[in-house]
Amino acid sequence: MPDKFLFAMEVMLNGLMAGVLYSLVALGFVLIFKASGIFNYAQGVMALFAALTLVGIKDGQIPFAHLINAIFGTNIHHFGWHLPAFVAIIFTVIVMIGFAWLVQRFIFRHLVNQEPIILFMATIGLAYFLEGVGDLMWGSDIKKLDVGIPKGMNETIELLTYNRFGYGFFIDNLDIFATFLAVILVTVLVGFSQYTKQGRALRAVADDHQAALSVGISLGYIWVLVWSIAGVVALVAGTVWGAKSGVQFSLSLIALKALPVLMLGGFTSIPGAIVGGLIIGVGEKLFEFLVGPMIGGATENWFAYVLALVFLVFRPQGLFGERIIERV
Amino acid sequence: MGGNIPMKLKLTSIVLSAVMAAGPALADLVMPMLSYRTGAYAVNGIPFADGYNDYLTLMNERDGGVGGVKIDIQECETGYNTEKGVECYEALKGTGALVFAPLSTGITYQLIPKATADGIPVHSMGYGRTSAKNGKVFSNIFNFPANYWDGASIAIKHIMDLEGGDIKGKKITLLYHNSGYGKEPIRTLEELAKKHGFTYTGIAVDHPGQEQKSQWLQIRQNKPDYVLMWGWGVMNQVAIQEAANVRYPMDRFIGIWWSASENDTVPAGDGAHGYKGLALHNSGLDIPIYADLKTHVVDKGLAAGAGDQLGTVLYSRGMYNAFLLVEAIKTAQSLSGVAQITPAQMRDGMEALNITEDSMAAAGLPGFAPPFSVTCENHGGPGLGMVSQWDANAQKWNIITGLIASDMDVIQPLIDADSAAFAVENNIAPSCG
Repeated sequence: MPDKFLFAMEVMLNGLMAGVLYSLVALGFVLIFKASGIFNYAQGVMALFAALTLVGIKDGQIPFAHLINAIFGTNIHHFGWHLPAFVAIIFTVIVMIGFAWLVQRFIFRHLVNQEPIILFMATIGLAYFLEGVGDLMWGSDIKKLDVGIPKGMNETIELLTYNRFGYGFFIDNLDIFATFLAVILVTVLVGFSQYTKQGRALRAVADDHQAALSVGISLGYIWVLVWSIAGVVALVAGTVWGAKSGVQFSLSLIALKALPVLMLGGFTSIPGAIVGGLIIGVGEKLFEFLVGPMIGGATENWFAYVLALVFLVFRPQGLFGERIIERV
Repeated sequence: MGGNIPMKLKLTSIVLSAVMAAGPALADLVMPMLSYRTGAYAVNGIPFADGYNDYLTLMNERDGGVGGVKIDIQECETGYNTEKGVECYEALKGTGALVFAPLSTGITYQLIPKATADGIPVHSMGYGRTSAKNGKVFSNIFNFPANYWDGASIAIKHIMDLEGGDIKGKKITLLYHNSGYGKEPIRTLEELAKKHGFTYTGIAVDHPGQEQKSQWLQIRQNKPDYVLMWGWGVMNQVAIQEAANVRYPMDRFIGIWWSASENDTVPAGDGAHGYKGLALHNSGLDIPIYADLKTHVVDKGLAAGAGDQLGTVLYSRGMYNAFLLVEAIKTAQSLSGVAQITPAQMRDGMEALNITEDSMAAAGLPGFAPPFSVTCENHGGPGLGMVSQWDANAQKWNIITGLIASDMDVIQPLIDADSAAFAVENNIAPSCG
């Protein structure tokens, strides 16, 4: 088989894997938009904050240590423990639930019935606030995240493809792990949405706030619930991406990778986030591989948006989004 | 109404006092620091800014300033954003700022015409516009002790040493940040490729560099003999991780000095072992100056950061940058005969700078970096560098070569051509004095 074809296959497979990583971020956006109509600008920063909290708790870092030291002249930094990853994850989930409650209690409770643009603006403010609090709480130095996620080339796939094609494909173990995580996450989310009382309440709120309220569904409770779930999804995304690059401010920029996925998959569809991610991942990787070298490379950032735009022209609601028809 | 006048006066006095207290005292040596402690590149900006600030604080606390005049550090946050950097410059240039150290190639490019017109020197240490080495054209811009083209040449010379002097037919790939900074070495590498017969390939990575799968698949498929990296921020950490993932031999992966700090290697764990980087200076805590820093700065609670960055590569670089500028102040004071120097006198001091083993030892930095001097013709210093290698077991960088000089036969014509073009574009008659 010609080398070029095999290379393209390898690139395509890696594009699929990268797409899953993008989908993990996009899922958080979809959940909140679906339940409340809010485009959560803070989703990327939530991923950063969750990952920072996970590392901080795991390594026994004292929150706000720099601030405490500056005010009281102390020199405290760590509690002196190193928790198992599983325990640290549980504590981080609790923190993200607490964060969801705070967001609902102090921001969105006061913005019920406001225009979507106001709610969007509120999430911009939330993003910058959370960014600052995250820095203040855990410091802005780069942190190594080691929660046991496998990394490096998968030797089985390399061997199998070598035996079959005479060329061993590279697939990162971390990407395979992320794919499994995404499958589990989507299964749980769809199951929760379809088969639980809370899930049905969530869908009812998404359909019609007023009608949901009239049958006794608590809007506040549902919003805390959905922001908590989005917080957990942010933790998953932050952990996977943080394992690649270390936990640092740039993690918040992974949201930029999710936007074309949302444009393509639709803002209200969980399967759309997955399929959109896969299309963007494969599209941008193949374009970079086939066309990039001819035009100077570094095409991925902009090509993802071009691809999403093309889809938008033909399906403005995205591939799986709900079509909005307003009749006069 | 009459009773309100004293209150207004009081308020006015309070506001004026606050403004006066916030601004620099007129009798200080104003040293701006364009830093970035926030944003995507804060991870690298923080240790550099800490080192720079702490050294200047040490001068104030231990020596009472420079030549008896206290240093006033004016830090301004740029977020590594060129527009913000220019805003910082505009805000601080009127404070009597002696010299600007932008810590960004993009900001440096913007400041070249502005600072030259304002008569304020700019020091872009190991970054910025490479042809600013030609002081006959770039009268106010200094980029000593080395520049990107030196870096490219030093890396190639190291590769030649490893290959027994012959790299004809070898494949060398540059993985670069898709920005002015990342593109700086391309021209030099193309020239060096012609001279030495190796095949050069450039692969760009877009800001911020969080996702590099395509680039590393290309590298895996093309199998270059060596990969050079001009990266910054998260791009470095991801590149090193991806190199480890595709099992690229780490001792054939060489980063510029901005891609060779602890921040870049630690996240990849053992996978980063053997990765190489260029070095302008030594690092580590085994240097006499740290005893003074601890006594006069850290223990007094005056450290710019948490005090946890001391000895790291980028902290050392910030400290080295401040050291060079303090030595330039001393030179300017000596030349002018006054302690309270002006930016113009600072420029003269930078142009007459002479760093010797003795001056480094006196500052508590013996053998920290090569001695060098600056002249009007050469604002870029000697262009010397070393190669360091990351030891993941000991979690430290080790210098593994002696000083390597860049290939001026290739670089000087490029500098001459680029600076001549700039002179024509800006109606500058190249001259000294």
